[in-house]
Amino acid sequence: MRGITKRFGDLVANDHIDITVEPGEVHALLGENGAGKSTLMNQLYGLLQPDEGEILVDGEKKVFRSPRDAIAAGIGMVHQHFMLVPVFTVAENIALGAEEVRGGPLGWLDRRRNRRDVLETSQKYGLPVDPDALVENLPVGAQQRVEIVKALTRDVDLLILDEPTAVLTPQETDELLAVMRSLAETGKSIVFITHKLREVKAIADRITVIRRGRTVGTATPDTSEDELAALMVGRDVSLEVTKGPADPQGEVLKVAGLIVDDDRGVRAVDGVDLTVRAGEVLGIAGVQGNGQTELVEAIMGLRPARAGTVHLLDDPLIGKSTKQVLRSGVGYVPEDRSLDGVVKDFSVAENLVLDMYDREPYGSSYKLNPKAIAVNAAERVEQFDIRVSSPQSAVGTLSGGNQQKVVVAREMSRPLKLFIASQPTRGVDVGSIEFIHKQIIHERDNGTAVLVVSSELDEVVGLADRIAVMYRGRVLAIVSPDTPREELGLLMAGITGAHDEEDGQ
Amino acid sequence: MTTEVAPPEKKREEEKNESFVSLFVQNLWSANTVTVTFLSIFLALVIGAILIVVSDSDVLATFSYFTSRPSDAFNASWDLISHAYGDLFKGAIFDPAAFQAWFDGTGTWQSAFGSISETLTYAAPLVFTGLSVALAFRGGLFNIGGQGQAVIGCITGGVVGFAVGLPVGFHLVVALLAGFLGGALWGFLPGLLKARTGAHEVITTIMLNYIGTLFLSWLILQNGVRDPDRTDAISKTIESSAQLPALPSPLRVHLGIVLAVIATAAVAWLLNKSPFGFELRAVGVNPPAAKTAGMSIAKTYTLLMVIAGGLAGLGGAVQVLGTADKLTAQVAGNIGFDGLLVALLGRNKPWGTLLAAILYGGLRAGGNLMQVDAGVSLELVTVLQALIVIFIAAPALVKAIFQLRAARTARLGASMAKGW
Amino acid sequence: MSTATVEDLTEITAPDPFWTRQRRLGVALVIIGLIAAVVFGSLAESKTAKFTLSEDAEGAALSINGQFGAILFGIVTIAAGATLLAGVAKRWQTWLLGLGIVTFVLSFLCWQVAGKFLPLVDTVSGSLELALPLILGALAGVLCERSGVVNVAIEGQFLMGAFGAALVGTLATSVWAGLVSAIVGGVIIAAMLAWLAIRFLVDQVVVGIVLNLFALGVTGFLYERLMQPDALKYNSPPRLPEWKIPGLADIPVVGPVLFDTNLLVWIALILVFVIHFALRRTRWGLRTRAVGEHPTAADTVGIRVRGLRYMNVLLGGVVAGIGGAYFTLVSTSAFNKNMTAGAGFIALAALIFGRWTPFGALGAALFFGFAQKLANYLSAVGSPVPNQFLNMLPYIATIIAVAGLVGRVRAPAADGVPYVKS
Repeated sequence: MRGITKRFGDLVANDHIDITVEPGEVHALLGENGAGKSTLMNQLYGLLQPDEGEILVDGEKKVFRSPRDAIAAGIGMVHQHFMLVPVFTVAENIALGAEEVRGGPLGWLDRRRNRRDVLETSQKYGLPVDPDALVENLPVGAQQRVEIVKALTRDVDLLILDEPTAVLTPQETDELLAVMRSLAETGKSIVFITHKLREVKAIADRITVIRRGRTVGTATPDTSEDELAALMVGRDVSLEVTKGPADPQGEVLKVAGLIVDDDRGVRAVDGVDLTVRAGEVLGIAGVQGNGQTELVEAIMGLRPARAGTVHLLDDPLIGKSTKQVLRSGVGYVPEDRSLDGVVKDFSVAENLVLDMYDREPYGSSYKLNPKAIAVNAAERVEQFDIRVSSPQSAVGTLSGGNQQKVVVAREMSRPLKLFIASQPTRGVDVGSIEFIHKQIIHERDNGTAVLVVSSELDEVVGLADRIAVMYRGRVLAIVSPDTPREELGLLMAGITGAHDEEDGQ
Repeated sequence: MTTEVAPPEKKREEEKNESFVSLFVQNLWSANTVTVTFLSIFLALVIGAILIVVSDSDVLATFSYFTSRPSDAFNASWDLISHAYGDLFKGAIFDPAAFQAWFDGTGTWQSAFGSISETLTYAAPLVFTGLSVALAFRGGLFNIGGQGQAVIGCITGGVVGFAVGLPVGFHLVVALLAGFLGGALWGFLPGLLKARTGAHEVITTIMLNYIGTLFLSWLILQNGVRDPDRTDAISKTIESSAQLPALPSPLRVHLGIVLAVIATAAVAWLLNKSPFGFELRAVGVNPPAAKTAGMSIAKTYTLLMVIAGGLAGLGGAVQVLGTADKLTAQVAGNIGFDGLLVALLGRNKPWGTLLAAILYGGLRAGGNLMQVDAGVSLELVTVLQALIVIFIAAPALVKAIFQLRAARTARLGASMAKGW
Repeated sequence: MSTATVEDLTEITAPDPFWTRQRRLGVALVIIGLIAAVVFGSLAESKTAKFTLSEDAEGAALSINGQFGAILFGIVTIAAGATLLAGVAKRWQTWLLGLGIVTFVLSFLCWQVAGKFLPLVDTVSGSLELALPLILGALAGVLCERSGVVNVAIEGQFLMGAFGAALVGTLATSVWAGLVSAIVGGVIIAAMLAWLAIRFLVDQVVVGIVLNLFALGVTGFLYERLMQPDALKYNSPPRLPEWKIPGLADIPVVGPVLFDTNLLVWIALILVFVIHFALRRTRWGLRTRAVGEHPTAADTVGIRVRGLRYMNVLLGGVVAGIGGAYFTLVSTSAFNKNMTAGAGFIALAALIFGRWTPFGALGAALFFGFAQKLANYLSAVGSPVPNQFLNMLPYIATIIAVAGLVGRVRAPAADGVPYVKS
């Protein structure tokens, strides 16, 4: 790919990027969230068309108008969000678009041959999949295997994997890396998109680092993690959060025996006991999808609990509406900002009172007080350094970091007993990350109990005074933040070792 | 979302006349909402004109010798179209001849204002049904049930109007309230089903429309409702104490249009100045965020549909108490579906809906004159109404036709696009 | 230093809710069964109810005492409900539910027919004929909606089809020309729907509703301008001939219904089979379903999402146009303003009640057709049950279905969502 440029409105997502992938090579594309990695690869796969630049395959110039052209040129892609039809079987999903048919123009599906193709590919590459299972019933790890098999049945020479490890446990990640290695040995090229340094070092033959839509360097796997991190974020970053020692007071949040089901009725939280004390940060670590989301939603009254209790000081929270929970002194930053955190069509001012619009001074049950809402907006924008032309602009026009600041500002703008932040810095630029971390620690130092959920281990380690590791709906252990990373990694994979009991107290 | 043409250009107008004209044209062409609206109406009228011509055998005959004498074809077409659209205008806004007669003393002021009175008479119920759809739309619900809600409003308002004896004034208030409550009940059902079971309101409201209509056609045949002096399916007459006061005959315009303006103001206040409006707008554009912020989506949907249904029911009651005076199977006409078009044309804003309703009322009033005088079927108005909304809903289409420059335009519908 | 994985731990159990769907259904059946046995039973006259196997009162007949039948069938309904309440295996659930509903209908019939007769052949063929446009309309909906385009414009397609068939059929004095132009009429509306919804991303429900009004206006306008002044010249289309297949037509009940009838019945029934198998077993079907469920996934494997949607909506227009021909070439012999009178919406109801499948749509359409036929019959024999309430049945049934009270109704996941490349 040569000189690829892609713009979305004013935003330049890719700015003259050059990248070359050799046969049989695992090429890592490293960069922060939103650096433009996926955009670049979507152009290679024909989902997006570059505004400038050209794509060459085996020295020949190609124009990919749709994925159809890319597939024809031997390119396959496993997307970050799986591209599988949930109500189809594995075989149907894999056959889709490249069906084996009989009967000429009738296009009668040859299901036996489709099924056989799946099994052949799956055996050839050691990727076990059940062709007759419905995709919606499969765990994510298995769905990912289906995606890879789907790409491989199309005889690809180049396979793009977009953030494939985000949803995997460390063990599953290792298996995936092994598969990638063996694929590369058979001569296939692999582009591996990630922002995880460790994985890059483990597997890549060559590394291209992208920052803010530009190539900022290429590196070899023996480059140190610190150097790679510096390349990735553009300056020497201290992921360390500067904070003083915690001064924990009495218990504020007490969760006991909590059981919660997910949307499909599958047990997501399976008997969790937790306490968070005033003036401390409890971090919850774990691979995404191990019940963290459901745990927090149950505390917030967003999801019914099947059993167990949650107490805020002495008030039971289970059975209360979300409004009542918020009113009783809980601040909540949801994990999916654009879906749950802000109303993008609303102004910044409106979003800043999204859960307080019917309370004094912003309004009453009968009317709103636009003046108080405007005054509040001006104050928060100033205090939280929200970069916006006017508080009346729609939140959707703000950058991710500024949107997140709106959410944090709103939730911190009333007296709190408990502050819950899920993935507080996901998709947020480095500057805003530091700011938000500082605010969280500031809130802790004011004597608020803080619960932080993050799938970024670094963030949890940096912020937390105690770490609870969740795996398959349970808290496996509660450990201190200076526990060795390897041990935390094992815990996240469900292996309990030395730390069976609480360590942080 | 109004045009921002006026102030800066006016200053320049004094300085440089030429640049004002070019700026004006530029602004017009930059395809803002108002421009698109006018162009949509224009396009609809053009297509309507084509329909008028192709369906007239006399004019078509002139096209058979088009190559030898094209002027015949053009003249005949032009005469027909100008006659039809002239009538549309006279019937909707004012007839210069009637005004002339009034000034000369040969005519009455009533006949001079007859057209506008008809327009407002037709517009009044449409304002209510339009507001009903618009309000629900803002809350993320597509209320296709305006028709059924209006029918039930007709029934409850009408039955209270002729079956209950109450003092003057109070009777009218009770009858209107009954209309509101009837419609509210018909809105409550889909709202509750949506909130409780997730049943898609488009499906349930469509189905309730037909249930309401069938119920009305059954009810007017029952003893106690049916007019005992008549053999056809028609109810007793609304008592005068429950009728909306109107201007002296032959003018038909009644208090309903005043109530409609009040309702518009009330809905505007509800949407923009009240906590419930805040909730419904938040739920309308992002239900998960609203839920996370502690709003109850189920409560909002239910209450929203109650209010929307009540508005449509009021529209039905206004129709019965102001214009129809009796219940018949067709008493609600098409006011529910027309309300849908009105809301779309008004871009789901209260005052926009009011203006759109008056436009549609005018089309209807003018259409009557066109049918009687120019012999062009009233159905043409339905075509025009549908076409206008098609063009409004697809601004990209209008821009493509007129080669307009891309500009910010409220794209309608896409924000609502979601599955069943 | 023990190493244990979570799998070794036992699962903590939480109580299941008592009111399962099965139990709720059971209660509902018991209640309607009680209504049948008590209300229908006490109102029914103790006279013979005769169900003749012909088109009139003559010939062989099934007879039962009306009151006895009403109570008996009501009790069977209660029994079916009680069995559900007691708890049975899941695979029996649908059968018991079906049994309960059928016996409830039979109980109702016994009450109504007591002392009179109900000609079965006439009822069945009448139901099928009334169901005919519903089947075709619902199939048109299946084609559109399985590929992700909501079609609320079935009514408009019917009207255009009916109008086109009447106009061209009369002008060309050929029923086949009429049928072809009915298809053209349906496709015109379908093309507008597809163009506005897929190309211009207008909300599909909005487009559908507006197109219905457009079709109503255009056909009404042209009817008043052309057909009303000169009906002989413009509005007297020939009728579609009825074909009798010798031998097969002599089978009792089924014979006259299926083998002594017009072409559209066969087209409709064959289409149900064809679309069913095509959706499940062909490349086109697999891709259509993929586009309706997860268009992005289909796009990433090289399927042209919009192209496929265009094609399916237009195919739907063809089928709905044929359905429109029913109104002017089969059921009556002239076009009239708004003659479809909401049939397109009942077809939509049948589509949803039939859970977006061809055979489900067929079943729902037949059920709705039967309800209409029954309503006609009851008003003819002067039953105290108002026919308007029976005519409400399709709509009420659909509301119950979408509210999830009888099984979950799930639309294609991307139905109504326009596909925009990111």
